Order: sequence, then C-alpha cells, then structure tokens
Amino acid sequence: MTTFLDNFFFSYQTLIFALGINGLLALSMYTVLAVGQLSLGQAAFMGIGAYVSALLTLHLDWPFAAVLLAAMIVPALFALLIGGPTLKLTGVYLALATIALGEIIRIFCNTSDLTGGALGLSGIPNKTTFTLIFGLLALALVNFVLIARSRVGRAMEAMREDEVAAGVMGINLPAMKLGALVVSAMLAGLAGALNAHANSFIGPNDYGFDQAVTILSFALLGGIGSPFGPVLGAVILTLLPELLTALHDFKLVVNGFIIVVAVLYMPRGLLSWRIGRVG
Amino acid sequence: MTSMSNNLLKIEDLTVRFHGLVAVDHVSFQVEPGTVHGLIGPNGAGKTTCFNLISGLIPPTSGRAILAGAPLVGPSWKRTRAGLSRTFQNIRMFQEMTVRENVMTGMQARLHASVPEILSRLGRFRKEETAAKVRADELLEFVGLAASADRRAGDLSYGDQRRLEIARAVASGPKLLMLDEPAAGMNPTETRELVELLLRLKQDGLTLLLVEHDMHFVMSLCDRITVLNFGRKIAEGTPREVRENPDVIEAYLGAKVAERLKGGTA
Repeated sequence: MTTFLDNFFFSYQTLIFALGINGLLALSMYTVLAVGQLSLGQAAFMGIGAYVSALLTLHLDWPFAAVLLAAMIVPALFALLIGGPTLKLTGVYLALATIALGEIIRIFCNTSDLTGGALGLSGIPNKTTFTLIFGLLALALVNFVLIARSRVGRAMEAMREDEVAAGVMGINLPAMKLGALVVSAMLAGLAGALNAHANSFIGPNDYGFDQAVTILSFALLGGIGSPFGPVLGAVILTLLPELLTALHDFKLVVNGFIIVVAVLYMPRGLLSWRIGRVG
Repeated sequence: MTSMSNNLLKIEDLTVRFHGLVAVDHVSFQVEPGTVHGLIGPNGAGKTTCFNLISGLIPPTSGRAILAGAPLVGPSWKRTRAGLSRTFQNIRMFQEMTVRENVMTGMQARLHASVPEILSRLGRFRKEETAAKVRADELLEFVGLAASADRRAGDLSYGDQRRLEIARAVASGPKLLMLDEPAAGMNPTETRELVELLLRLKQDGLTLLLVEHDMHFVMSLCDRITVLNFGRKIAEGTPREVRENPDVIEAYLGAKVAERLKGGTA
C-alpha cells in the first residue's frame, strides 16, 4: 500500500504541487475580485516572485524562508507602485495597468542577462515540499475565513456589491483596494517562488497574458462568494486537462466547452455559497 | 462674517454645473439641530443632486457644506466619518448580505480592530464585534425588523428594505441623517409607520434632512422646508409659510393655476 502511494505520489508529484500552487494563485485573484476590482497582473506578480526567488537562491544562496519572504515583498512593492495611481480611478484602469505590468515583466525577463533572457533560469534546486505548499494554502484559507468574518470582510462584500453605498458606509475605499492588491501580489509572488523551486526551471513566457487569464478563470469558475470557490475552480481547471488526456487533440476543445457551460449555467460560480460576515 | 447662528448643517452657495446645465445654482440654507428639514421641489429641481453634493458623491463647481462647524471635504467615506449619513432614492441595499450584516456594515466608521487583531481574534476584536452585533440588533428592533435579522436583505419587502436602509444609515452614529425620498413607493400604512419611525429618531436627538415628493408626509413631519426649482432656492420657511408661498404654488402647479387660485381667494 505504501509503495503504491509512493509510486502514485512520484508519478503525479508535478500535478499535486500544481493543485496547491494554483490554489494559492486562485486566492490571489480572489483577493482583488472580492473588493470588486479586476486585476490581470496576477501572472506578473507570480513571475516577479518566481524570478526574485530563483535569483536569490541561485546567486546568493539565501535560506528558503528568507527567499519566500522576499518573493512576497517585491511583488507587493510593485502592487503599491501600480495601485497608488490607478486605484483612485474607477473603471478598467487597474486591469489595463496590470496588463501593462505583465508585458513589461515579460519583455524585461526576455531580454535581460540577469534573468537569463529567453532561456530563463534553470537548475533551481527543488526546495518546495508537499507539506509547505498545502500548509501555506491551508493557512491562507484560515486567514481568509477569519478576515471574512470581521469588519474587513463586511467592507469587502459591500464594495463588491455597491461601491457607492460602501463609500457612504464610511469604508476607506482607496485603502481597502490598495490593501487587497498588495495582499494578492504577495500571494501570487509566494506561489511563483514555490513553483520555481518545484520545477527547477522558469522562463519568461510562463507568466504571460494567457497565464493571467487562466488564473482569472479559476476564480470565475469557482465563484467568489467565499475563498473556497476559487480554490475549487483551480483544482478543477488543473485536473481537467489531465482527466481529458484520453481525448488527445480534442482535450482543449472539451476543456473550453466545460468552462463555457459552467459559466453560462452557473454565472455565480460552482460554489455560490457565501460565508457569514459576523465574527 | 461670524456664523453664531444655531445650525448643524450650513450650505453655502452650493453650485454644480454639468456641461452648461446649472443643476444646483448658488443654493444656501441651514439645518438647525434636532429638527426635521425638508428639501422639496418639482422633478428635476436639483434635490438629489444637492444630496449628492453634500455627501461627496459629486464634486461641486463652487460653494461648500459645513457640518457642525467643520467644512465637509473629500469623498463620501470621509464625510460619513465626519458625522454625515444618508439613504438613497433607489434603495442601495447590500442584497446578498443578511439584514444584520447590512446594519453592521453601517458601523464601519466606528470599528477599529486591526488586521492582526482580527486574525488572532484578540485585542479589541471580540469586544468590538459583540458590541456591534448587540447595537445592530437594537437598531433592528427599533425599526421593527428584529425578526428578519438573519434573512437575506434582498429578500425583504420594499418597505422593509427602506426601513433597513434607515437602520443601516443610523448605525454610523451620524450627527445628520439625510433621507432621499424615504416614502417613495410606500403604501399609506407603510408611510404612516415611517413618519412614526422618523419622529422617534428625532426624539432621540437626531437631525434629519429629507427630500420627499409626498406633500402630506413632508408637511406633517418637517419643521422647516427649503424649496428648490430649476436648481435655485425659491422659498424657505415653516410648512405653513411654504404652502402659502405663491412662488411655490406656481412652481408646482404652473402660473395659470396659481393665478386662478389667487383670484379665487381674493
């Protein structure tokens, strides 16, 4: 039995790790959507976290805990830089600015010698463990539930439902939006660092626009009534292509079809259950 | 100029221009503390625009509003923290939240637990949250919605949503409560209950500024009334004074009817 489990784990380690890492990315997306904003910078924040962590490990040999911390702080600084001016405006400016950030990061990583150009960085030691990924995912979920059941959780839901009314309630809208963007950047950076130290290779095209849309689809499929929805969405969208491998070339067609049907018939996501807001 | 007069809200020369249309044109008036002040006028007179200017939803072209001696500046959330609260003409409930959560959301300006305190459930968090819940239930009792505390706000009847919106607005502990057509769409029974509710709020010392079309409602509730027409203030006074003001009659009924009424009473 243990040999079976060992074999299973060995064969599917990449997939199992991806489930947890995508779960963290889904939570990162959720943080922004939960206050009624749209960011398409999750992939860029992830990329920043991945590159920062890989460079610190490869060149400076920092301890992994410090590396993970740095992989959260640096994207957070980028979030402050972008969020400061754009979040004062209403509308799609945040989405546009974060798309631009993604392109800047991609092009920079593609050309800079520091980041290994188009070849990316390889030989990153495998320091990510199963316990670490799922421990952090569980910790993040617990914290999200605690936040949800407090004044901050009520403010978030109010902003998502009606920003004008939320403002009239006395909710500090700019601070909430900026805070959400910073937290989401930290989560994405963390996921990027864990991913880099699980795959031993990272390249500039791993963090492009399509990855940003994939992360968005985790949250949209799962639903944003609670933090569990996006994680469920991430699990399904990570497993689905694997379960459909028998379909070979039709895999992506069926994958896309399932997403379209889910969004059409469950516009509020698979998990529409909402979390209580009283602590 | 010293403003030693007894006012809670002072509107000074408030003006807003939208692409050539002067929606609010140099409007000035004062609301005395502990009173119910009505803001009336025909459709399009600029009443709701006035509310939006005072509550910071739109910036004025010129002029200002002063609450308890301090000029109201900045976005709406800052003004709520300065003691201003309001409801909306088209109810803006947080529909997915429960009734109690809606009222607790109204207390944002008074809750201060930090994120570490929230995550650890330590410090101010529990005390503050329990007090907020107790206060929310008191307010729901006050407006007669105690039995619906755990229902989804969007499922309440129209009249109940109006009352919930008032409870939510009172929850911030305002100095001045602004009500934008609180009786709109209510049946006579609901309107009577609303008058009674608002009078109880007044008794508790709250100052009310309200926009309303239902004249019977306005006349029976307000201590003072300001009348707007085409963005300008055309009259001000007690309900009786306003009702007999020829400019007001003309604004509401048209010049011809006003003329005939004048002739009839002469």
